[in-house]
Amino acid sequence: MTLPVTLIGGYLGSGKTTLVNHILRNAGGLRIAVMVNDFGSLPIDADLIEAQDDDIISIAGGCVCCSYGNDLTQALMELAAIEVPPDHVVLETSGVALPGAIVASVGLLDGYRHDGTLVLADAETIRAQGADTYIGDTIERQLSSADLLVLNKTDLVAEADVVALSAWLARKAPGAQVVPAEHGRVPREVLLQSFLERAVPVAGSHDHADALFDTFPVSVPQPVDAEQLARGLSQAAFGLARAKGFVRGLDGRMRLVQIVGRRWDISDAAEDVAAGLVVIGRDASGHARAIERLVDAAARGAVRV
Amino acid sequence: MRAKSSDRLRLGMIKVVADGSIQGFSARMRSPGYYNGAPNGMWYVAPEQMQEIYDRALAAGLHVHTHTNGDEATQLAIETMERALMKHPTPDHRYTLQHCQLADAAQLRRMAQLGMCVNFFANHHFYWGDEHYRLTVGPERAERMNACRSALDLGIPMAVHSDAPITPLAPLFTAWCAVNRITASGRLQGAYECISVEEALYAITLGAAYTLKLDGEIGSIEAGKHADFAVLEDDPLAGKPENLKDIKVWGTVQAGRVFDAQAQ
Repeated sequence: MTLPVTLIGGYLGSGKTTLVNHILRNAGGLRIAVMVNDFGSLPIDADLIEAQDDDIISIAGGCVCCSYGNDLTQALMELAAIEVPPDHVVLETSGVALPGAIVASVGLLDGYRHDGTLVLADAETIRAQGADTYIGDTIERQLSSADLLVLNKTDLVAEADVVALSAWLARKAPGAQVVPAEHGRVPREVLLQSFLERAVPVAGSHDHADALFDTFPVSVPQPVDAEQLARGLSQAAFGLARAKGFVRGLDGRMRLVQIVGRRWDISDAAEDVAAGLVVIGRDASGHARAIERLVDAAARGAVRV
Repeated sequence: MRAKSSDRLRLGMIKVVADGSIQGFSARMRSPGYYNGAPNGMWYVAPEQMQEIYDRALAAGLHVHTHTNGDEATQLAIETMERALMKHPTPDHRYTLQHCQLADAAQLRRMAQLGMCVNFFANHHFYWGDEHYRLTVGPERAERMNACRSALDLGIPMAVHSDAPITPLAPLFTAWCAVNRITASGRLQGAYECISVEEALYAITLGAAYTLKLDGEIGSIEAGKHADFAVLEDDPLAGKPENLKDIKVWGTVQAGRVFDAQAQ
């Protein structure tokens, strides 16, 4: 089986650790392995910790946290070999790491699949950091590697600044969705694909997300050009943070389609799964008609072929 | 940590790694950056973290050595040190920049004023000197890399090293590199930064011991110090500087115990 790995990047103080703890608090039975660069300062809120030794912190609900230090590859290989492997890996990078380089090394490992890169930005400081002599280019490279950008600490700036900052961030990672958040509180279905696939989508429902986000099902009854559909759904205009599901391809075989912000991925799927997607995004249901038209267009691709 | 130290192992110092390597294009460079146009390297520590480490270490009387390869990393270390020393003025701190390969004259002048030490990566002249000239930093900066002469003229306490296992551990070879600055292809690169054999021998012995605040115990043969030294087959000061690396080592003495190289 393939373990999904979600990268959490962003500069020192952007709220990575807070976001990780938010994920753990909302794990809802999903067994998450959090990997942190080191245990320099305790990365997990004390009330979540069940036990701790040198290498591993056991967390309520079957989650764990381990440190990878200087050898991420080795740590991931060890993680894959444990008796009851986790359902999902959340990899918190160091504040100066370039997530792109880490994605490349995860991609070389058997048994792991990159489930998107979330990069956090501190709403109060990100512009100054981006202009800093020493770290400006690091910030730019971090932001540009994001599939989803989390504009964090929006409670500390004016509403007008949130709009301006979102636009600024969107230019740093063209096509990536910008998700505003306070204290790292991002809807769980936006954070991990494993959360989205466990969501029970109800059209127009706001149960799983906050007021900004909604999740709903997209039916894809007919064979479609999976690539055309995935590429279309990953366009910024639809505002989708994530999408996941199965479609029947033009060749009649089932495909797994996964979208994280601007990144899409298609892989072969079992034949006995039901076709259909679940999506989450900002005002996603407002785009429902446009998404239906996209599905129709991808199906017409079949006629042309 | 310090309490667990022994005569032969000293604990309780801090090493900060600021950036990567020049030949790996991961060192942090100031303008004009890499000669071949490669993007700038990576920080291994955030500037805020370096500041916190220096501040707290100076306050606690702890000794810090910092790995900097690119001149931007060196600049950050200098500026961070300056701020830390304003908060915690410390005589004889001996904070040392390890590698510090691309420090320019202005940076070395600031290091001298701040009382910093340097440990240059002299073996680079031989192992990557041609690549630095052609590819990584270009002719001008390749010629002034690992500026031993400039550092000594400014009175900066200096050592030279091999960074083993990055290049082989052989102090006489490292001294030879600092004296002759010969690249693998045989070119002399930056004659004006060459130092004398005496100066190079000092750098690999007392110079290095000084940067570790161990010069009262090791680094020279004196009554009261550890009997730790190498026994050479020939007098390095009597031969030609270009033959320094070829001098045979008869053996070593460690705490008075004699080790014959032939018998090992």
